[in-house]
Amino acid sequence: MTELSPLDAAGVEAAVEAALAAFAQANDLDELKEARLAHTGDKAPLTLANRGIKDLSKEDKAAAGKAMGAARAAMGRALAARTAELEAERDARVLIEEAVDVTLPATRQATGARHPLETLQERMCDVFVSMGWEVAEGPEMEAEWFNFDALNFDPDHPAREMQDTFFVDPPSSGLLLRTHTSPVQVRAALERRDLLVEEGRGIYVVCPGKTFRTDELDATHTPVFHQIEGLAIDEGLTMAHLKGTLDHFAKAMFGPEAVTRLRPSFFPFTEPSAEMDLRCFVCGGDDAACRTCRGTGWIEWGGCGMTHPNVLVAAGIDPSKYTAFAFGMGVERTLMFRHGVADMRDMVEGDVRFSQQFGMEI
Amino acid sequence: MPKIPLSWLAESVSLAPETTPEEVATALARVGLEEEGIHGPGVKGPLVVGRVMSLVKEQQSNGKTINYCRVDVGSHNDPAGPGHKPDHKVDYPSSKGIVCGARNFVEGDYVVVVLPGAELPGPFPISGRKTYGHWSDGMICSSRELGLGDDHDGIIVLQSPSGESAEWGGYGDAELTPGQDAIALLGMDESTIEINVTPDRGYCFSVRGVAREYAHATGASFTDPAGIDVTGEAGTGFEIRLEDQAPVRGRVGCDRFVARIVRGFDPAAPTPTWMRGRLEAAGMRSISLAVDVTNYVMLELGQPLHAYDLATVTAPIVVRRAVPGESIVTLDDATRVLDGEDLLITDSEGGHAHRPIGIAGVMGGALTEVSATTTDVLLEGAHFDPITVARTARRHRLGSEASRRFERAVDTQLPPVAVQRAANLLAELGGGTIEAVYTDVADVAPVAPIEMDADFPARIVGVPYTTDQVVDSLTQVGCRVEKDGGVLIVTPPTWRADLEGPINLVEEVARLQGYEGLPSVLPIAPPGRGYTHSQIVRKSVARSLAEAGLTQVLTYPFISEKRLDELMLPEDDQRRDVVRLANPLSAEMPLMRPALIATLADAVRVNLGRGSQSVAVYETGRAYLSRLVGDIPATYSGTSITPDDVERLNEAIPGQVRRVGGIMAGHRVEAGWNGPAVDWAWTDAMAMVERVERACGVVLEILPDVPEGSGRISTAPFHPGRVAMYCLDGEIVGAAGELHPKVCENLGLPARTVAFELLLDPMIAESEGVLVTASPVSQQVLAKEDFAFVVPVSVAAGDLTEAVIAAGDGLVEDARVFDVFTGPQVGEGRKSLAINVRMRDADHTLTAEEVLAVREAIIAAAGEKFGAVLR
Repeated sequence: MTELSPLDAAGVEAAVEAALAAFAQANDLDELKEARLAHTGDKAPLTLANRGIKDLSKEDKAAAGKAMGAARAAMGRALAARTAELEAERDARVLIEEAVDVTLPATRQATGARHPLETLQERMCDVFVSMGWEVAEGPEMEAEWFNFDALNFDPDHPAREMQDTFFVDPPSSGLLLRTHTSPVQVRAALERRDLLVEEGRGIYVVCPGKTFRTDELDATHTPVFHQIEGLAIDEGLTMAHLKGTLDHFAKAMFGPEAVTRLRPSFFPFTEPSAEMDLRCFVCGGDDAACRTCRGTGWIEWGGCGMTHPNVLVAAGIDPSKYTAFAFGMGVERTLMFRHGVADMRDMVEGDVRFSQQFGMEI
Repeated sequence: MPKIPLSWLAESVSLAPETTPEEVATALARVGLEEEGIHGPGVKGPLVVGRVMSLVKEQQSNGKTINYCRVDVGSHNDPAGPGHKPDHKVDYPSSKGIVCGARNFVEGDYVVVVLPGAELPGPFPISGRKTYGHWSDGMICSSRELGLGDDHDGIIVLQSPSGESAEWGGYGDAELTPGQDAIALLGMDESTIEINVTPDRGYCFSVRGVAREYAHATGASFTDPAGIDVTGEAGTGFEIRLEDQAPVRGRVGCDRFVARIVRGFDPAAPTPTWMRGRLEAAGMRSISLAVDVTNYVMLELGQPLHAYDLATVTAPIVVRRAVPGESIVTLDDATRVLDGEDLLITDSEGGHAHRPIGIAGVMGGALTEVSATTTDVLLEGAHFDPITVARTARRHRLGSEASRRFERAVDTQLPPVAVQRAANLLAELGGGTIEAVYTDVADVAPVAPIEMDADFPARIVGVPYTTDQVVDSLTQVGCRVEKDGGVLIVTPPTWRADLEGPINLVEEVARLQGYEGLPSVLPIAPPGRGYTHSQIVRKSVARSLAEAGLTQVLTYPFISEKRLDELMLPEDDQRRDVVRLANPLSAEMPLMRPALIATLADAVRVNLGRGSQSVAVYETGRAYLSRLVGDIPATYSGTSITPDDVERLNEAIPGQVRRVGGIMAGHRVEAGWNGPAVDWAWTDAMAMVERVERACGVVLEILPDVPEGSGRISTAPFHPGRVAMYCLDGEIVGAAGELHPKVCENLGLPARTVAFELLLDPMIAESEGVLVTASPVSQQVLAKEDFAFVVPVSVAAGDLTEAVIAAGDGLVEDARVFDVFTGPQVGEGRKSLAINVRMRDADHTLTAEEVLAVREAIIAAAGEKFGAVLR
């Protein structure tokens, strides 16, 4: 190859053309490097030609230098542009090549969950705490007096036998497993009596918790279950306030469409007493063959009523000055309605798959 | 619970013929009578009258004789010609072929035939089938098969024109046509509604009471079936004495006793079909006319009655308490040994009040019952005290139709009326004569009037009832109401013993005016105190463990005796002080768990049994220890309670501290595409405890064992060498580690299952009201130093790191063991503990000299305290 003269304008131009073509043809950064070395390296014709400038005459030097500078700048720009292009291509390719299968199992750690009966109770309590009510608790193994006598159950009245009670041995111990969370009502009222009487602060509490009755386990019964009860004691409370509270609670649990109904019933600790029904949310009362409500259009949610004066007396509260209402519902039943649980056994057998459907909140 | 045939209901309240049982149920629910079931006619047809045209007796190889009958069933007949295979070789007249085993009928008799397609109670569907070499199209029925009683051995013969067969049911004069519907004929076409009567509404255990309630619900007109005339006069009939020598809770056992004699009654007179049908529909069986009549009147009016065979009773009849140990054979042929509180009906056979002839209000005696030869009947209609009857029924586990009514209180004015009604029926149906003079011994206290402000119902219910509405409702339920200014003086009816005070009257007004009209008003509570510290912390604990990969379960707290041994609890372990139930669901599981692990193990097994390889579960809940059970009874008898009494009762209630416990078995990390499996290890159990500690805001002291003097606490059910015991203020509050290998085996858990259990309540109490005081976060550069100490194997790593931190004099931020090593290099009985120490001061970066000084202090302290040598 003959040496390129820096004054050979056509030759320089051809060399630049050749370099630009080589850069353009480089398919990757390695080829570009080779092209760069070939066209701008120490042995490249233009490099050599550049070196030859110093041997030129003074007047030629300026022209050659200008031509060379332009040639080198053109190559530099082309090289930079092509480098950027190829780097971008490479980077893009790397990201593609590094792609993983995101459908592979991400965790191998055991996954935990809360039990829905627990989270449901918490959610129920939240509804009331947000209204200023408090959450009261009490012992599960309880004195018979609190479970029955304080709640106006006469020792000889058949109502006492409606409850299918577990008694603690020996029977003379006076102990049982509470059949409802109602004994907490009396305890809570007693604890807050001074606030009521001295400061006029009405008592508004809910009592969630575990309760026991001697029912065999089947799809709709379990000997260990949960209730949430509410008790409000204040001046001037009426059954209309009870109904208002239940409506609010029903909507909070089942959505704004929830409709409640009260029906006369009997509990020793309330008078007047009522059963509380929810409009069937499966059929809305329109399907005579509905399996959820058995065609009645209503499903029983709980019991309620105006607290019997004798119960207030038990807690040392004057029933001529204060009135009170109370209500109670099964947490299991609520879970069944709210989440379509068909069989209560799933809740109690301890199969983790049941809890895991619900995760951490409900 | 009572079943009310609608036709019977319609006798006392106007009920349009097209009213469905569902409509009746809906109406009754509005006033508080909940439907428990609606029962249609028990038999679905065709059930028809048949005439036996021919009857061929055939001896069978099994020794039995059967009858092959051709029966005329009118429009249901097969056309004349050959019968069904295998009876196709004979030409029969128009009829059906039926095989029957009974022997009490002959050709020409009118019988009851159930044909293919019908269904008898059971349910027992009927179809044609081949039997005893014939094709048999259904059955000729007995009264038992139709649920109409069991007093006949053979089939029902309605009429026997030849006179050879005994007729049943009094149809001798009826016009019978083959093929005629027998369901209506036999009174079996009743729809009944079964009602759940709440304990306060005893009067609704009768057609009378339910009819009245139906009238309240619908406004239909009500005719009181007890409004019949009592004929004759009260006087010296059969002598009755009330001699209650020991009233219960101050109430005499019997305050009214009516006795009346019906003579010349035909013991063979059958119970008419309409009565059988109603008894059957109401759930009772027909026994004999005399007994059926007493039951019928009880179902109708709610007054239990008893019929004695007059010939077997010796006057006077005396009502008295039993002598302890005295006994009686009751109608069910059981011998009952009596208690001094039981109230007896006695007669004077063998001396005054000598012979018990019935347990009052519960069950009659066998000696004086009416029999197939009784012609003179003594009817008893009495009023017994609810408490006495309830206690006796419970004591002898002898609930009866009578006791169910008496214990819910019966109308004190009913006895003479009910007795009259029964006597009328006996006279009418059995041909007896009612004696004009009857006995009525009564000492009934008048019903006390209740004073109530006229606006009291409005104040309680929140509906502005007018006084007229209040008076109207109370009058409707049978009260007598007088106005005295703004006060109403209300005398409840005698059948409403549950109306004891103004509040009970409020319920009557509210339910009669209708609960549908209640307004809905949300009350405004005063500002509350929010969740308690304990409630907040418990939620945090539960959540923290779930986030660590454990699943919350709720196990039943019942355990077997064996479980305590399976857990290897030593004999003197305090967890052996279990609470025992007097009436457990299962005799195998009479104890309450003394620890959560005791029942959590079952949940683990359930999951393993359903195919899980790994299980990690936890429970937050109570376990129960029998502190003081029975020593101080948790009894109290006041009508109100004071905080001091509560304190005393609480003392007597067994310990039931809230706990948290968990069991983990199998893999914490499953084997997967990106790594191998990692097992749940004892360290994970301890890590769970750390989570609980953080949630509670307390730090527990870790002990490798149960210290001396801890009382009756052991490391069971844990592996004694792989358990951490946790201490709070010197008391053991829990443990974590590996379960004892033998316990795993006993409980069917995988080897090396790990667990933890902590007493939550004391941990939570510890942080109640304690506020964290924040330290400033140092901005200075961290200095790190590693140490490898060789110490005797007995030195606990925790003790060493604690000493290292102490030696730093406030400059050591953290010291953490990162390697443990034993082997020949460190010598027999020794181990190497490598510790990473982080040092930092609050206000300046530590100089090399300061770091060196700390380092030397650490080495010196470790050497001094534990004989540690730097490797």
